[in-house]
Amino acid sequence: METLLSLTIGLLFAAAIYLMLARNVLRFLFGMILLSNGANLLIFTAGRLTFGVPPLIADGALLPPPDVANALPQALVLTAIVIGFGLFAFALMLVFRAYATLGTLYSDEMRVAEPLNDDLPQPAPPAFERVEKGTRT
Amino acid sequence: MSWVIVAPILIPLATGIIAFLLREKPMGKWVSVAGSALGLLAACLLMAEVLRTGVVAAQMGNWAAPFGITFVADLLAGVMVVITAITALAVSIYATGEITRRMEYLGYHTLFQMLIVGVTGAFLTGDIFNLYVWFEVMLISSFGLLILGGRPEQIDGGVKYVTLNLISTVLFLSAVGLLYGMTGTLNMADLSIAVERVENQGLLTVVAMMFMVAFGVKAAVFPLFFWLPASYHTPAFSVSAVFAGLLTKVGVYALIRVFTLIFNHDIGYTHTVLLWVAGFTMVTGVLGAAAQMDFRKILSFHIVSQIGYMILGLALFTPLAMVGAVFYLVHHIVVKANLFLIAGVAERLTGSTDLRRIGGLYTYAPFLAFLFLIPAFSLAGFPPLSGFWAKYILVKASLEAEFWFIAFIALAVGLLTIYSMTKIWAEVFWTPHPDKITPKLSNLTRAERWRLLTPIAGLATLTVIIGLFPEPFVQFAERTAAQLLDSTAYVTAVLGGVP
Repeated sequence: METLLSLTIGLLFAAAIYLMLARNVLRFLFGMILLSNGANLLIFTAGRLTFGVPPLIADGALLPPPDVANALPQALVLTAIVIGFGLFAFALMLVFRAYATLGTLYSDEMRVAEPLNDDLPQPAPPAFERVEKGTRT
Repeated sequence: MSWVIVAPILIPLATGIIAFLLREKPMGKWVSVAGSALGLLAACLLMAEVLRTGVVAAQMGNWAAPFGITFVADLLAGVMVVITAITALAVSIYATGEITRRMEYLGYHTLFQMLIVGVTGAFLTGDIFNLYVWFEVMLISSFGLLILGGRPEQIDGGVKYVTLNLISTVLFLSAVGLLYGMTGTLNMADLSIAVERVENQGLLTVVAMMFMVAFGVKAAVFPLFFWLPASYHTPAFSVSAVFAGLLTKVGVYALIRVFTLIFNHDIGYTHTVLLWVAGFTMVTGVLGAAAQMDFRKILSFHIVSQIGYMILGLALFTPLAMVGAVFYLVHHIVVKANLFLIAGVAERLTGSTDLRRIGGLYTYAPFLAFLFLIPAFSLAGFPPLSGFWAKYILVKASLEAEFWFIAFIALAVGLLTIYSMTKIWAEVFWTPHPDKITPKLSNLTRAERWRLLTPIAGLATLTVIIGLFPEPFVQFAERTAAQLLDSTAYVTAVLGGVP
């Protein structure tokens, strides 16, 4: 079982890296999902796999019976899934917004913040003249 | 006494929530300022407690140490929390003069306070998985702050910032998973003992390298820093000031913590890698800055270069070098945040941050020029300012460790830093403005002048104080370094008497 899971993790990481090397940011994001799922499986597997024994402590006992499943990696994975989901939702919105604003999904065409030919920008009046009354507090 | 240690986290959390409820009212920004002031008070109380007892530890929910989540404040964590609170207060005052009502409505103050929550939590936690969670809190708030306002540059910079930081996060998570698999614990104090029991020490080094890369992305060290200069010049000035001051330093803090407490089994390998990284980081950062023609881009590249100095202190791993790293960390946060705030005022007065488009500040705003000189010269390492002592200690440490070449690099990079600062000085302050406008401070309203210049003057005063009276700060850094190199006090405080 460990071998199978290890191979799966390796496959997920490999596919993720392949996707993340693409210039298309959306593909990068798909790679990101695979990568975080790979990491979750990795924590799960590294925390040892045990079959069939739920980590429950019997009434009145202080310790769980021996050979129970380790509940901690599952708690960690759960936390990581929730956080990963939130981050992914944000990243997806950001990429959508980038497509709407910048008109491209290709990372090497996104050069607004760092223009290739660093020419002088168009003259702009100083900020205190630009701002109309009442917009700044 | 666990309230002392959680107060610096809970106060900004509460402030953030109140600021969110008041986001439609002009009150919101004053709530943020008041909360930051309270946070500073709480941080000072924690620091006093740490100075009195050595290491303060608290177990959440009273679960005994290796099982529950632990919060620990040793001297390094304590001073980082204090300096975070100082930066937060300065930036929140500055924000009252800069942030527009629209950005306030979109939740600027809430995101800002949540960022402080994440940063403080990362400094105080004693559990490596919990560190991951605090990193995420910090990261998601910083994402929001970075793109708040939604100009095309911000979205562009945001894409690069978000994607590269996400990779580092997943790498960190995988490393935590593997480390847990090898040692069976997540508590950092417990880990420092458990790693000695790991049979295959080679595998441990592999995991150590995974941590180094993950934190290296956060700290913006040499081959992994590209997200930083791509994004730090795009958001509001308050935002880039707090990013520049704090975010990369959390990465450096995590590196220092992990590579002194946990992974000190193979110093010959890991710390040699760090030494190379430090050298390349210093040089590429400063050369990148030399090529830029934008106020904030120059400063961004200088963050990278200065991170190299801190990593250098960690890499040498001698007591004196650790003193230098700690001193540098504290000095740098104050100076760098201040320089970004000054860039904000310069932009307000002259209309741009592009060096070729602005000028004339020396003639018309000499007070601002004076305020710029202090952090700029401190960054470059002029005596008697704080940066001089930081660089002096590090260079002395590398000479004592007989790393002649790295000492030479540290000195040469200092010289090139002066070059960049002179470029800003000449173009922004000395040359007349190309459009013949008069960038006087009196163009701002009276309230704006107070709100923008008070934090700048305050941070500059702090820089001068550290520079003129370095003795208590160096002594403090010596105690901190001793505590970092000998983890007994840390481990005992967390695990109790159990070895």
